[in-house]
Amino acid sequence: MAKQPNKKNQEVETTGHQWDGIEEYNNPLPRWWLWTFYACIVWGIWYVIAYPAWPLVQSATAGYKGWSTRANVAVELAEAEAANAAINAKLETVELTAIAGDPELQGYATSAGNAVFKTWCAQCHGSGAAGAKGYPNLLDNDWLWGGTIEDIHTTIAHGIRNQEDPDARYSQMPAFGEILEPAQIDQVANYVMSMSGEPQDASLVAEGQTVFAENCAACHGEAGAGDIYQGAPNLADAIWLYGGSFDTIKETVTYSRFGVMPPMGGADLSEAEIRAVAIYVHQLGGGE
Amino acid sequence: MTNYIKLIVLGLVTLLALIAANYARDLAYLVNALTVALVAGGLFLWTLRHTDEPRSRVDLSGEYMDGVIRAGVIATALWGVVGFLAGTFIAFQLAFPGLNFEWAQGYANFGRLRPLHTSAVIFAFGGNALIATSFYVVQRTSAARLWGGNLAWFVFWGYQLVIVLAATGYLLGATQSKEYAEPEWYVDLWLTVVWLAYLAVFLGTIVKRKEPHIYVANWFYLSFIITVAMLHVVNNLSIPVSVFGSKSVQVFSGVQDAMTQWWYGHNAVGFFLTAGFLGMMYYFVPKQAERPVYSYKLSIIHFWALIFIYIWAGPHHLHYTALPDWASTLGMLFSIILWMPSWGGMINGLMTLSGAWDKLRTDPVIRMMVISIGFYGMSTFEGPMMSIRAVNSLSHYTDWTIGHVHSGALGWNGMITFGALYFLVPKLWNRERLYSLSLVSWHFWLATIGIILYAASMWVTGIMEGLMWREVDANGFLVNSFADTVAAKFPMYVVRGLGGVMFLSGALIMCYNLWMTVTRSPAVAPVNSAVPAE
Repeated sequence: MAKQPNKKNQEVETTGHQWDGIEEYNNPLPRWWLWTFYACIVWGIWYVIAYPAWPLVQSATAGYKGWSTRANVAVELAEAEAANAAINAKLETVELTAIAGDPELQGYATSAGNAVFKTWCAQCHGSGAAGAKGYPNLLDNDWLWGGTIEDIHTTIAHGIRNQEDPDARYSQMPAFGEILEPAQIDQVANYVMSMSGEPQDASLVAEGQTVFAENCAACHGEAGAGDIYQGAPNLADAIWLYGGSFDTIKETVTYSRFGVMPPMGGADLSEAEIRAVAIYVHQLGGGE
Repeated sequence: MTNYIKLIVLGLVTLLALIAANYARDLAYLVNALTVALVAGGLFLWTLRHTDEPRSRVDLSGEYMDGVIRAGVIATALWGVVGFLAGTFIAFQLAFPGLNFEWAQGYANFGRLRPLHTSAVIFAFGGNALIATSFYVVQRTSAARLWGGNLAWFVFWGYQLVIVLAATGYLLGATQSKEYAEPEWYVDLWLTVVWLAYLAVFLGTIVKRKEPHIYVANWFYLSFIITVAMLHVVNNLSIPVSVFGSKSVQVFSGVQDAMTQWWYGHNAVGFFLTAGFLGMMYYFVPKQAERPVYSYKLSIIHFWALIFIYIWAGPHHLHYTALPDWASTLGMLFSIILWMPSWGGMINGLMTLSGAWDKLRTDPVIRMMVISIGFYGMSTFEGPMMSIRAVNSLSHYTDWTIGHVHSGALGWNGMITFGALYFLVPKLWNRERLYSLSLVSWHFWLATIGIILYAASMWVTGIMEGLMWREVDANGFLVNSFADTVAAKFPMYVVRGLGGVMFLSGALIMCYNLWMTVTRSPAVAPVNSAVPAE
């Protein structure tokens, strides 16, 4: 039997068993270990008395502290709401155009709008609002449906081309692949490119202009400056929602586009939140 | 006679698998059915060609059955490298999303590879390590050959088939979407059969042991095998949409399903990665240190406390969800009471080295085992701490959780397994010693620094992310968008990936070292006869 002197120089016995050469000392449980274990158990007994713990038939014991996750979050939400109640009421009632003239309201709306934007809008428009292919850049002054505070507010509240809101902004570009000949599409694509820069094939531009005047000018305007009442993009400013290469423009003309934005009014955001995010977007740089 | 039964069964399985492949409703099921047909058909031919061979009459009952353990050691090392490689790759996929190649969408994107990584390291690497070492330990500490003859080989190959079916299924989109229980219904059924065979081999060997008492390592192994069987069956209760398709529907729904899943998930950690690996620790640490176990009493108390308390701790994965508050309270409570029972294993492991601490200087294998016990202690403190609701409200859903899991899995499970492999290979292949101790040292330092890079970067990024999510301005509005937190994590993601590269390199060095041990180290006479120790 192997023996080992412990701290007090007493011999510790092994249990006398052996497995494949392995023996076991009969050391007692370390005191600190045992007392910490007991302390955890005692704490546990207090904890189940203090907090909801034991399941009963219909409910569970509530604990003497009356603690509940759902009640806690309700209290926190109510507190936050109460703290901002006065300024939210003001934000909902003043004229939209008057907000910018009230520094306190403008500051509040901008920081509230920032939070709303990062939760609800950043998924498509990017957390910096620079947009992506098919999702407009909100930092520039190129607006599909108008860049005044009222226009932005309407767009956010009702969305674009969605099924949910009957007041959603709506328009639809025809798929010209079913209307024009392929050659005509090549011509008009070159003409559109010539409005903002170099065409791919300058020899087609003149013919393209004819095609444009007959088919596109009704919405996009003679000079291609667009029309915010129909959501028709400005084609002359070198800002592209889907891309300005020949192939992309050809794709757009052939198949058309149908960008959708959901309505944020109704169940999702309150009027104060919609106004706040409208103010936020308006002050990003391009607001009119 | 048995050969004829085998041929009939294998023939039928081949036929049924081919019929299933013919009617397959999805690609994953088709590939899995063909795999089964191929394996069963191959075994049919092999059995047929060996039908007339005379059976050897040599009495092997006095000798340990080591062939299956050698196979298990090789499988452990190979699956380990596969799992670490997959993990390192997906770590870089998170840092550089471009690595989710367009041409590999639907097969090798992060979502498909992530379960492949977790299953490969937990079930393929960890599972093979547990099966191989439990077979080794139970024979040595019972002084008896494995019960059931070739049943042990069935367990080994059956388990490899589970791994292959699960892995190919993941890549082709077959998943139950339950974390750590992703394999679909037919793989679950097959694993149940294999696992019951494993239980039979292990228990049968203990029953016919020649030692009067059952060694503590075997308590832990047995509790791991039994509990995993129970967890696996309950959590995978599901109804297939069609017998010819991989999709199935869970029997539980809503919060009941979530609770069952985390009862399973947490105890997979508790019994697979803790109890099972403690069994490993209780044999290989005293053997390598050549010292008696520190305290028999402590091993009894902490064993029973651990298995009684662990099973209740699952709800801490569901704080602040649809789970009722009372269940969440109890989950947190048991997690905290679990702290000391978990540390009992650490104390017993570390104190076993008292009187042999000098070996840390000379024996890198002991060093590996000691650091693994250190990581075990750290993770089993961090776990209860993270289960506290107030801490969890910050840490939950962040990378802190990922860091916690990896300090446990890489540090504790990985290192103790490496230690066991370094111990086993010279013994199993009858070699005098390891090929190179300095390569073991290289492995030790690469792996340790790799884990520290991993855990530290995940602490930093996890806490940062948790704080950013809850940051509000003076009016109570959130400051950051989710994408802001993702962007902020980038540097730490690169550090984590580098940690993975180091851990993987260490494992490759180990494979080389073990290979050279088998082929180059001087041979010794085999010592594998079953003689009781006393």
